[in-house]
Amino acid sequence: MELSVKGIVRRFGPVTALGGVDLDVAEGEFLTILGPSGSGKTTLLKTVAGFEIPDEGRVLLGGEDVTLAPPRRRDVGMVFQNYALFPHMSVAQNVAFPLEMRRRPRDEVKRRVIEALRLVELEGYGDRLPRQLSGGQQQRVALARAVVFGPRLLLLDEPFGALDRKLRESLQLEVRRLQRQLRLTTLFITHDQEEALIMSDRIAVMDKGRIEQVGAPGDLYAHPATRFVADFLGESNLLDGSASAGHAAIPGFGAVPLPAGQPDGGVTLLLRPEALRIAADAAAMPCRGQGKVLETVFLGQSAKLRMALDGGGEVLARLPLRPSDPPPAREGETVAVGFAPEDLHVVPRG
Amino acid sequence: MRRRRVSQILLGLFAGLVFLFLLLPLAVVFPISLSSASYLQFPPPGFSWQWYQRYLDDPSWIDATIRSVKVASLCTVLAMGLGVPLTFFLVRSRLPGVRVLDRLAAAPIIVPTIILSIALYGVFARLQLIGEWYGVAVAHTVLALPFVVILVSAGLRGFDEAQEQAAAGLGASWPAIIWRVTLPQLRPSLVSAAFLSFISSFDELVLAMFLSGASMTLPKKMFDNIMMEIDPTIAAVSVLQILLVAVALGLTSLFGRGALTTTITR
Repeated sequence: MELSVKGIVRRFGPVTALGGVDLDVAEGEFLTILGPSGSGKTTLLKTVAGFEIPDEGRVLLGGEDVTLAPPRRRDVGMVFQNYALFPHMSVAQNVAFPLEMRRRPRDEVKRRVIEALRLVELEGYGDRLPRQLSGGQQQRVALARAVVFGPRLLLLDEPFGALDRKLRESLQLEVRRLQRQLRLTTLFITHDQEEALIMSDRIAVMDKGRIEQVGAPGDLYAHPATRFVADFLGESNLLDGSASAGHAAIPGFGAVPLPAGQPDGGVTLLLRPEALRIAADAAAMPCRGQGKVLETVFLGQSAKLRMALDGGGEVLARLPLRPSDPPPAREGETVAVGFAPEDLHVVPRG
Repeated sequence: MRRRRVSQILLGLFAGLVFLFLLLPLAVVFPISLSSASYLQFPPPGFSWQWYQRYLDDPSWIDATIRSVKVASLCTVLAMGLGVPLTFFLVRSRLPGVRVLDRLAAAPIIVPTIILSIALYGVFARLQLIGEWYGVAVAHTVLALPFVVILVSAGLRGFDEAQEQAAAGLGASWPAIIWRVTLPQLRPSLVSAAFLSFISSFDELVLAMFLSGASMTLPKKMFDNIMMEIDPTIAAVSVLQILLVAVALGLTSLFGRGALTTTITR
């Protein structure tokens, strides 16, 4: 493991920011820590970078214990939320800074700065000041500065927060390309689940100072281990019912079959909105109910419907749309709604 | 539209009046310094360089000038050397009570200079510092420190500390961080603080009267000149002093803002 975090606890007075975090990141892996604000993800990042000393636990980098090592001894490249470029230095001086701090020879510094700027497609921008660049360009300078010295680990702290959507998407892909090209072990922090799904090899979902679940994006989306993960990652219908003899009684849908081996008792079922079909399309679904459309939202390639089920409860349905399709339903209309039982996921820790 | 123009004209007039108020003394001092008369008279009856000549020929004036430059220079070095680290402590420390200390740093401005002078006179007399130029410099440092603390703390509070973390993460030791990242960005505050320290000392009379003894600073010498003889030499000295301050001010704007402005327009 390139990075191992073992049993990290960090308290600020009465508040426990990190309540025993274990995490391994393999060499060359892009791992995202996803969580809402206040989940402890930034504290975890600072602990890895060396800006926070944990109360308990250890941080290992390439097998070496760096728990107490100061930041400058860790060889970790970091991109800050607001980039933290040095405004009084030119782009080239900014990128040269980590090399100069390592007392590299002058010609090597020059060569590697040019290489790094080429890598982020900012050749010829070396003499400019950060403030003369656009937000996206500043971001790329920060990235070049973080990777120019060949760090053991790259840390990205919500680096796309300040950018508009289009720019953010193109930079996400660029960072991913760069990370693969350099085979950089990367720890990425975000609260944006879409961003996490796009970029990561694996995602660690954090809440209240603990890691809820670690896994590949597709796995986490399809098989969330906890109610929090199911709710935080993507849109979800969480249905509470009771299981008996391999079936669960769900208000509005009646008895639905469960995967084999499900013990009797209360269960939480996850039903993604895109698993639902309505009206004529619902007829072919094994599990059916009926409901009144409360709200429809047109999203371009799909439409989102909020429905009140006969028999109680609300569900969210997401229906794919082709450009020639009419609106799937009107608000106030009562329509059939259904799904296939294999799209149900039993949330183990509901 | 019309209204805005009227208000702009009024504002311009107001600014013009304030400038007149600021510059009028110059308009009086400058001609008098070139007067052919042997006493203070306005307007001067004729033109002459004699008072500048007298200043340059009189070793007591030149001595006082050199002494004042020495005093002001040492005062600036001391005020900056003590004040900048002190400001870092006042702004950055999370110790309880630092807020109160921060306010106290302005005390020398609040305490009447004459009180300070009397107090220091007692101490300096015991230490046999009366009449020593560096004694005056030390006393002036007390007066200059608040300028340094106020200006540098304003700069430091506006500074983004994430940059220091970034620098540490990129491999910089803390002296390198302060030297390469923090201080260069505080340059406008630092230059202004140094300038004000220098001027506050160079122009200071009260402490100098108590502490400089026979080895006079320029303001003390000017004061004595007025008490004893009153001739236009003092106007000539004033003009020279104004020129010196103007040069210092020019240097300040050159070095103090260079970091921030010249490169934007490049």
